[in-house]
Amino acid sequence: MSKVPFYIDGEKYFAEAGQNLIEAAEKLGVFIPSLCHYPHIDPPLATCRACTVNIDGQPRAGCLCKIKEGLMVEFDTPDLRDNRKAVIEMMFAEGNHFCPACEKSGDCDLQHLGYKTGITATRFPHLFIDRVMDFNPKRIVIEPSRCIKCQRCVEEVLSVDGKKVFSFKNRGNEMLVSVDYAEEAKLTEEEALRAMHICPVGAIMVRGKSLARPFGHRKYDDEESSDLIPISQAPSIKTSGGKKTVATTSLAGCFGCHMSMLDLDLGILDLIEVVEFNKSPLNDIKNFTQRCDIGLIEGGCCNSENVEVLKKFREMCDILVSIGECAIYGGLPAMRNTIPLIECLEESYINSLTSENNENIIPAHEDLPKILDQVYSCHEIVKIDYWIPGCPPSAEHIWKVVKNLLFQQDYSVLYPEFKYD
Amino acid sequence: MKSNKKRHHLLDALWKIQNQHGCISDDQVQKIADQFGMSSIEVEGVVSFYHFFKRNSATTFTVYLSNNIVSKFKGFSKIKKAFETGVGVSFGKKDPTQMFDLHETSCIGLSDVEPAALINFRPFVNLTSARVHKLIFYLKAGADIDELCDHPQSIIQFKPRNNKATFLRTYQAGKAINQLPSLSPESVIELMRLADLRGMGGAFFPTHIKWDGCKKQNSRSKYVVCNADEGEPGTFKDRLLIQEYPSLCIDGMIACGYSIGAHEGIIYLRAEYNYLRKKLEDTIQAYKKKKWLGKNILNIKNFNFNIRVQLGAGAYVCGEETALLQSMEGYRGEPRPKVYFPTERGFLNKPTVVNNVETFCKAARILELGVDHITAAGLPESKGTKLISVSGDCKKPGIYEIEWGMRIQELLDLSQAKNTYAVQVSGPSGELISSAEFERKIALNDLKCGGSFMIFNQERNLLDVVQNFNQFFIDESCGVCTPCRAGNFILSREIRKIRRGLMDQNDINKILKWGKIMRYSSRCGLGQTAPNSLIQAIEKFPDFVNEYLTADNVLNKNFNLKEAVQDYEKAILKYSRYE
Ligand SMILES: Cc1cc2nc3c(=O)[nH]c(=O)nc-3n(C[C@H](O)[C@H](O)[C@H](O)COP(=O)(O)O)c2cc1C
Ligand code: SF4
Ligand code: SF4
Ligand code: SF4
Ligand code: FES
Repeated sequence: MSKVPFYIDGEKYFAEAGQNLIEAAEKLGVFIPSLCHYPHIDPPLATCRACTVNIDGQPRAGCLCKIKEGLMVEFDTPDLRDNRKAVIEMMFAEGNHFCPACEKSGDCDLQHLGYKTGITATRFPHLFIDRVMDFNPKRIVIEPSRCIKCQRCVEEVLSVDGKKVFSFKNRGNEMLVSVDYAEEAKLTEEEALRAMHICPVGAIMVRGKSLARPFGHRKYDDEESSDLIPISQAPSIKTSGGKKTVATTSLAGCFGCHMSMLDLDLGILDLIEVVEFNKSPLNDIKNFTQRCDIGLIEGGCCNSENVEVLKKFREMCDILVSIGECAIYGGLPAMRNTIPLIECLEESYINSLTSENNENIIPAHEDLPKILDQVYSCHEIVKIDYWIPGCPPSAEHIWKVVKNLLFQQDYSVLYPEFKYD
Repeated sequence: MKSNKKRHHLLDALWKIQNQHGCISDDQVQKIADQFGMSSIEVEGVVSFYHFFKRNSATTFTVYLSNNIVSKFKGFSKIKKAFETGVGVSFGKKDPTQMFDLHETSCIGLSDVEPAALINFRPFVNLTSARVHKLIFYLKAGADIDELCDHPQSIIQFKPRNNKATFLRTYQAGKAINQLPSLSPESVIELMRLADLRGMGGAFFPTHIKWDGCKKQNSRSKYVVCNADEGEPGTFKDRLLIQEYPSLCIDGMIACGYSIGAHEGIIYLRAEYNYLRKKLEDTIQAYKKKKWLGKNILNIKNFNFNIRVQLGAGAYVCGEETALLQSMEGYRGEPRPKVYFPTERGFLNKPTVVNNVETFCKAARILELGVDHITAAGLPESKGTKLISVSGDCKKPGIYEIEWGMRIQELLDLSQAKNTYAVQVSGPSGELISSAEFERKIALNDLKCGGSFMIFNQERNLLDVVQNFNQFFIDESCGVCTPCRAGNFILSREIRKIRRGLMDQNDINKILKWGKIMRYSSRCGLGQTAPNSLIQAIEKFPDFVNEYLTADNVLNKNFNLKEAVQDYEKAILKYSRYE
């Protein structure tokens, strides 16, 4: 077939008429984010809306566009970029995505797009809806909390009898991907694996196979290392001259982020030439002795003490930075957010196998902090100026940001530095 | 078992089971799945999509109480309580005696007589607590529900003067289609063009383009679909048309079928209007007897056309034309990705015209009364008349046939609305109008109105309105695309913040931006318009924001430590040994 000219952001390209825009663009080196698009489903599913572009000035799902002569595509404008990013953030906010505990991590299209679009913190509140995993099927396990409702499995996975194995149940934000046990049982191992692989996220897993691929050889491990992450720069603030002071703390975190800070190895010696640590577990200074230029927060808030410490940090630091997923949205501790606190406490202190009869009490003492109804991100409690995502973020990323904030040094973050699976 | 049923009969089959057994049990799901050659999860997917299909819980009576904003302002919560105390069960909970099942539901098309409810799909209107108690008493005692229920008749409050009315005038069945033998299909479409007929369902797309587009498709089967899903809260004009002028609508469909070359017409009637179905079906039967439906209609050779009624099952989004087609085909009512127009690939992938009830009625009037009569009314740029359903805070709710070009204030005066604070035009997906705009004209070139006109006076809290609309969109989003499925729910969190008086300028900016993202990226009109009223409340009503605005602060005031530790304090109290 002959090629026809079309335009992306004013630049002329050639592709076969009738070809899908996303596929054509990809061949031409233009990466249009997409999650639900699957080349041979026609008409396209167009459910995720991560591919929104402008055609002739009108918004449209890019995956629904076919190349024709003179097609005018607007793609890389600040508004459109932000729009697509927001849609991806919505998926993180409405699902329960705990990447560090997910089998799909590193193989996951959603996570990859999170990196590619430079998501630091989702702008939306995380909804933490309780959804139950389904372990009943023979080969497959369904984790609906990770499902982005792309509809791929619904359309693509049929049993030998030509019946649908997957379907959505309910509607709106109560929609759930569900599996038919009878039809699922008819799937061969290969067909089940295919279902797992067409799922762009970790919602469909095959028993015994989800971690079969060894670490280090996952889909996105080979992602180009020169790929820059489009991070919106923090507002550089002027701090007074001389040595800068930094305070750090770990709230409801695992100290992993602090370990990562130490990963700077010898670089840390250069660092302490220019900065001085005030209150921090790194030097074991327990209380602020002066106002600080920057406060680095690891962990979210799960109890009243966390809240107090965080507020103190806000009071004593010019800039506050949330470091790592726990500070940013609650992270792994927030796994409890879908379950009422009383049930969590009963499970661990009252009904657990190890609690002795008549000894069932929930720890409470005036010296003990009180547990919050859920784990809060730091920016739900105080104003946070900057976010460094990761679990943990790499040392390079952390110090690049800190140096940028303190000394206005320009920096850029590469894909491998940004990713943390 | 061999599958032998066609998929597009699925909704009918499900209704049949539910009507027989009161619900659709697991066994029935499996049976249906076998009959239709589907997996049972797919059947469940369809069943669970629609609000009115019940799984595994038959009761003698099912109550659907309308929770639209008009009802909310007219005593909804009292009525709800009356039902709960009368029945002894809360909404959404199971009645151990299996007598009653109480549900809230989105607008049921009775906004002029709220609070209103459907009990076993019979209408009960202008409810008071005393009446609810009485009703429950009689129903429990075994009274005939058909004798208890109401027969709501909308009041026609206004017609254009000087014989200019198009809709609200007597109609002799068949008068419009009697013109057909003397008209070619092309000239029917031409008349629609000359009369500038636009889609009355809200989008106002020129009808002649649609019909012509479908006519030009080369296909042996084509369909005419009448959209009688009327789900936009505050709208009840299609109900009046079906009640009072069923033959007008049917004539319009026949004329359409004639002009595009279709042989089958389908009226997709929302289940909320099930009580109107008999009227439609009787009219269709009468037409068949007169040979106005069937073969070689009116002796026009090879003009064969039939009409049937397809009942919906409770989903606002099915009013969207492609969702409507999905629903008619027996699928979940999810709007299709916009690749083809229905006129290219519609019902069963065949060329299909989808028009609103009022559009077909007007088409018939064009044939009956002539183009000149129609275009004599209205403005030069916006010709003709429009049916408006007026509800809310006014003395005279009901149906108004207005000429395009009437000012908002005029309509408010006609309906004797006092101290009006805001008007929601065209329903939650339409536009929120403040008093600064009351001089605007209801017209195609100014303020379009699909038919819903809800009036709110100064005693009303706009936040209640916005929150009600938001909940409506949460309940009715089909869920297939991200911005609408997640976006509406996310906005509900922000509205809750406003409710608590914890908004600051940042939050306002956020809401405006997030609303724009939904407008921009949602797949269908539902998600695209869902944030409208919230955005407009902020932009048009300075009080709405100021009343709730708190200063920006480095501490996030939405977080309240005392509240956040309450659960924990309750928990330790429960297990404390020293009380
Ligand atoms: C969410 C949504 C709901 C709709 N509901 C209705 C409805 O209840 N009735 C209707 O006639 N049109 C409704 N529409 C408009 C239809 O999609 C379609 O435009 C209309 O049926 C076409 O008929 P018309 O050209 O005669 O107006 C709705 C659209 C959307 C996006
Ligand atoms: S599915 Fe993807 S985004 Fe979600 S938790 Fe797993 S790896 Fe993370
Ligand atoms: S389970 Fe996976 S493939 Fe299926 S809809 Fe959800 S995200 Fe898509
Ligand atoms: S905008 Fe809402 S109703 Fe429309 S397709 Fe998307 S989710 Fe469904
Ligand atoms: S890739 Fe286009 S909507 Fe999902």
